[in-house]
Amino acid sequence: MARRPKIAVYKFASCDGCQLSILDLEEELLAIGEAFEIAYFLEASRAVVKGPYDIGLVEGSITTPHDAELIKEIRKSCKVLITIGACATAGGIQALRNWRGSAEFMKYVYPKPEYIETLDKSTPVSDHVQVDFELRGCPINKYQLLEVMSAYLAGRAPSIPNQSVCVECKLRGTACIMVAKGVPCLGPVTHAGCGAICPAYGRGCYGCYGPKESPNSKSLMKHFIELGKRREEAVMAFRLFNAWAPGFREVEAET
Amino acid sequence: MGEFRDQSDYYLLDPPHIDELISVLRGLGYSVIGPIVREGAIVYDEIESASQLPVGLRDRQRPGYYRLEERGDKAFFGFVVGPHSWKRFLYPPRFKLFTVSRKGEVTTHNVGGKKMAFIGVRGCELAAIQVLDKVLMGGPYVDPVYSTMRRDLFIVAVNCTEPGENCFCLSVGTGPEVGSGYDLSLTEVVGDGIHYFVAKVGSSAGKSLLERIGVRRATGDEVSEAAARMEKSRTLFRKSLDVTGLKDLLYRNLESPVYAEVAERCLACANCTLVCPTCFCTTVEEVTTLSGNVAERWRRWDSCFNADFSYIHGGPIRSSRLSRYRQWIAHKLATWIDQFGVMGCVGCGRCITWCPVGIDITEEAAKIRQRELEVSAT
Ligand code: SF4
Ligand code: SF4
Ligand code: SF4
Ligand code: SF4
Repeated sequence: MARRPKIAVYKFASCDGCQLSILDLEEELLAIGEAFEIAYFLEASRAVVKGPYDIGLVEGSITTPHDAELIKEIRKSCKVLITIGACATAGGIQALRNWRGSAEFMKYVYPKPEYIETLDKSTPVSDHVQVDFELRGCPINKYQLLEVMSAYLAGRAPSIPNQSVCVECKLRGTACIMVAKGVPCLGPVTHAGCGAICPAYGRGCYGCYGPKESPNSKSLMKHFIELGKRREEAVMAFRLFNAWAPGFREVEAET
Repeated sequence: MGEFRDQSDYYLLDPPHIDELISVLRGLGYSVIGPIVREGAIVYDEIESASQLPVGLRDRQRPGYYRLEERGDKAFFGFVVGPHSWKRFLYPPRFKLFTVSRKGEVTTHNVGGKKMAFIGVRGCELAAIQVLDKVLMGGPYVDPVYSTMRRDLFIVAVNCTEPGENCFCLSVGTGPEVGSGYDLSLTEVVGDGIHYFVAKVGSSAGKSLLERIGVRRATGDEVSEAAARMEKSRTLFRKSLDVTGLKDLLYRNLESPVYAEVAERCLACANCTLVCPTCFCTTVEEVTTLSGNVAERWRRWDSCFNADFSYIHGGPIRSSRLSRYRQWIAHKLATWIDQFGVMGCVGCGRCITWCPVGIDITEEAAKIRQRELEVSAT
């Protein structure tokens, strides 16, 4: 059998939810172990196989000077670098500090903020190094991760559509809750991937997968206001896990 | 109104007969699909009895708006069309086309032979099915999935006695009466202590179904009452599409400023195309397992509003929302005619209702016409 590709899984500023999605692939873990050599995955095992690695999966955003250096080292040791989740692809929920700078927040959180060494902004990995593929979601959809890994093995492009969540609503047959119930929903500007779970349970999309390709957030925000949201509330709808992603982050300034 | 002229073909159904009709069809091995209420909307799904129909409900529709409300009567079909269309059943959103093993064995997956009966197909919807017939079965390349699903279809059509706020079938000639191509058509008469359905036979299968249920012929008065309701229906339309020279109008105005305006609002979310009963575009994707021993090819609905839809080497051809909206409206109302000999729009109004920001195809077409007049006047 040919040498199994070596995988390394890294973590930066994040909640570990995306790494857990890997472990959550219970049924497929055995097959993953057969197809890949899990060389570095501290969340799962202390045993570490030295690099270089064929694939690096990176969770988390870059928030400290140390992170910013480390990610460059990681890039050098991985042939293919894939970022997973909203933190790594967009800066995560912690990027909310980007509007204010970290100094003020630190004052409230830490008794001795002077001990903290941090960057002013939480940024996606792609702001620092070249990334080969970004898998969106907060957390990622484990089946999409499986698709990315299967595609890697088959040497084909992964089938991860960058269209709206609305497409997934329509495929599953959910009646649009924005139209039929007046519930504000980020689905029309949000990247597909979850399978439109929230609308199926009567809740508007929270934008977990970040902006779709060419999102028209400005028009949707206008519509939220027509549906009765105050302007500040409408802006806040975009200020979640993917707040700093281009396409969402401009809403305030634009309108 | 040639529809109601010859009275010999009309039968009378009382409300309980609708339930019998459903059970007889089921007894004949049909999977019966009809309107039901789910998640605050009237959608299509398999039904077992008439009690599942949206009795006494009406759908209020405006651009980007849909709400159900009580009618105050017991009408079985007192609503128009919702977010689903029959294409969901004839042309499923996702379909596994074939599986290939590493050894090269190919298994094709076609639909099981379950016969379907559709209850409550409206004029616009019947026209939409006929449009799909042309597109998917009309040429040398017959779609195997659609044609199999379509083969044994039994259609119970319903005339619309009250058009919805976004309906414009009258102006495109597809409604509010159903045209030909059904097995049975029903006109519901409800109000003032009366409730019956005047049924018209459209095929021998339709006729033998009525014989099995054992219904009587409709009287002249009953047929006239149904005809009067349909006459009235034609006066109730609030929306229309001016089709005079429409194709050439759109061809002449590919650079109309209207497109830039609509692109400001359009979300490129694809809802309009996915609710449209005639939009047929799909993509195929290959799925492989980790072991690489099996690969599957799936087909799923796609849309000209998705960037990847026009992706070729180097990028998408239609990267702007402007170009995607223009592609869509021009296909529906113009290029479709060159391709298939009919317009791609049957006037059902779904794209207007289910567009989250309420973009209205009839208004956009009217604006393009208006702008051209303004420009030529100056
Ligand atoms: S519920 Fe949300 S995601 Fe679903 S179609 Fe409506 S706007 Fe789009
Ligand atoms: S468009 Fe016409 S045929 Fe279709 S539902 Fe409305 S009134 Fe009925
Ligand atoms: S274009 Fe709109 S109105 Fe015309 S058939 Fe499609 S959904 Fe109905
Ligand atoms: S016209 Fe409406 S439904 Fe269609 S893509 Fe644009 S915003 Fe979405």
